[in-house]
Amino acid sequence: MSLSRLSDCFSRCEQENRSALVGYLCGGDPSPALSLAVILRLAESLDVIEIGMPFSDPAADGPVIQAASERALAAQTKMHDVFELCSQVRQAFPEKGIILMGYGNTVYAMGYDVFAQKAQAAGVDGVLVVDIPPEESTDFDRALAKHALHHILLLTPMSPPHRQKMIASRASGFIYYVSVAGITGGQAGAVEEVEQQLTSIRQFSDVPICVGFGIKTAEQAQAMAAFSDGVVMGSFFVSQIAEHIHDSETMIDSIHQSATEIRLAMRRTV
Amino acid sequence: MSQLADTNHCFDTSHPPDAQGHFGEFGGRYVAETLMEPLKKLQEAFDEAWQDPAFQQERMNLLQHYVGRETPLYHATHLSKHMGGAQIYLKREDLTHTGAHKINNTIGQALLAKRMGKKRVIAETGAGQHGVATATVAAMFNMQCDVYMGREDMARQAPNVFRMRLLGANVIPVDSGSATLKDALNDALRDWVASCADTFYIIGTVAGPHPYPLMVRQFHAVIGQEARRQCLAQAGRLPDVAVACVGGGSNAMGLLHPLRDDPVRLVAVEAAGHGLETGKHAASLAAGRKGVLHGNLTYLLEDEEGQIQDTHSISAGLDYPGVGPELAAMYEDGRVELDAATDQEALHAFQILAKTEGILPALESSHAIAAGMRIAKEMSSDEIVLINLSGRGDKDLDNVFKALGEEVSI
Repeated sequence: MSLSRLSDCFSRCEQENRSALVGYLCGGDPSPALSLAVILRLAESLDVIEIGMPFSDPAADGPVIQAASERALAAQTKMHDVFELCSQVRQAFPEKGIILMGYGNTVYAMGYDVFAQKAQAAGVDGVLVVDIPPEESTDFDRALAKHALHHILLLTPMSPPHRQKMIASRASGFIYYVSVAGITGGQAGAVEEVEQQLTSIRQFSDVPICVGFGIKTAEQAQAMAAFSDGVVMGSFFVSQIAEHIHDSETMIDSIHQSATEIRLAMRRTV
Repeated sequence: MSQLADTNHCFDTSHPPDAQGHFGEFGGRYVAETLMEPLKKLQEAFDEAWQDPAFQQERMNLLQHYVGRETPLYHATHLSKHMGGAQIYLKREDLTHTGAHKINNTIGQALLAKRMGKKRVIAETGAGQHGVATATVAAMFNMQCDVYMGREDMARQAPNVFRMRLLGANVIPVDSGSATLKDALNDALRDWVASCADTFYIIGTVAGPHPYPLMVRQFHAVIGQEARRQCLAQAGRLPDVAVACVGGGSNAMGLLHPLRDDPVRLVAVEAAGHGLETGKHAASLAAGRKGVLHGNLTYLLEDEEGQIQDTHSISAGLDYPGVGPELAAMYEDGRVELDAATDQEALHAFQILAKTEGILPALESSHAIAAGMRIAKEMSSDEIVLINLSGRGDKDLDNVFKALGEEVSI
């Protein structure tokens, strides 16, 4: 039953006294075939795999993930390929969480219900759509619920307490806390401020909270892991695809090695 | 007090969207969580300012003495005679300061920015007209101004880049995507997500998340309100048809919205580029599908997977793959009729207006002229076609020269 898989992931991490590592790569970057190889290797070190649905106009993303979307689309990646990636990752890792991340127009164009049905069939646990806020998500939520998918919601430093409360009360799977007002791949928020915000959000919900945006080093991941249920890293992995674009072996090894180091760093010391 | 400033209707907010900014199913607020609260604050500030007589007085004052309103309604008798049909009236937005209607909106938004204590404004621009209008008001209000512009468009519209820089604005080239207007909008949104605490984003058309479509429509409503009054005064009656070109739809909503409760045919003219059948055009209503982009649900030019498509029009100002949500709703309700003009038809209309009336229209406005001429031709001489001449053509001379070469003739 997919609705319990994410919470099982977080429980396991809790038992091992560590924060979950959530890693993002854009589906189809740099090509559907190579993307599968990279994601499968990266997933070994992850607790939750976040797969991006490439979009022509990713307005919430910085240059690194924009370029990933462009590479994927240039390689003719279609949603069919993205679902296929999810299915393959699901087969290889029956217990890890898989979430799809993307933009509203992709799911709207497919139709919310068809999208949710295909995502469920591909073994996806949850969906994060940057530009469909709760105020616009009634129909989308209905489709996700019908297909046993979590709607992963975001909170940011710009969300005042009344929004923290509203969003936390609807949250499912986990809450994605955006550490800083900005786009992906920029500077991360100050650790103390993020910790304060998480304390505030926890008044309203017991759902696990993951922190993302701008986290690029093992030290940063370690610092955020001390008080969060999970740490999300995206641009950090994606940039290694760009860096080793002409050498797929090095690309895969580099991403795998860096993920392993980060996973180790995220053990909480007592 | 002038008639301009003495208008109760400057407070008019007829046909408002719902509380979340929906016009029917269109519009809304499809943005990242980071922007939800800043947009709510913006909406509250706008609602409050709109009802404040002092704000309206200051706005009207600037529209009168700085922008040069009201703009004339000109009975184009020579063009009317040339076409041999209805009487053609032109709303002369080309005579405003900076040469296009865009400044009606930037004056309004800059006043709001000042009221909200913002020290910096940002904008996106395609042809450069909105960028110039933003840079102009930023200079006057002494605000820092950054304008995002696709690198492709910067090359196509070099004089406007220079104008913005002369006005003290910083023009930031955009290389992502197709390096045109939609990408400039994406980059402006990326800036605003990180800077909204001290920065006001001046959106240039009736699109974007709520309250932008409403706000921009209200700031441009002065076009249609004036034209309506002027037509009654000059011709003793309302026009039979009102015509405007549509990129995002700001000049169209400005002219057409104040006439929507009148017995007037409203016609929106999209850019048919090389022809609708070629796929190389910017006709989002005629050939688009419903989707979500730049904060609102509307008609978009996209492929079946929802990837936004490249558009084409000879006029950079119409080169946008979406359309304002309220216009989408008015089209779907059957209140607005669609028309389209190709690059060639626009160029032809450009020359006809130049030769018959001594007016060089912007290539954007030339699309409205082309359709308006066609419509007028089929009507009788006691009927009236009102066309929004949204901007002047000086900025387009280079492109027109390239398109027509040495063979300038009709």
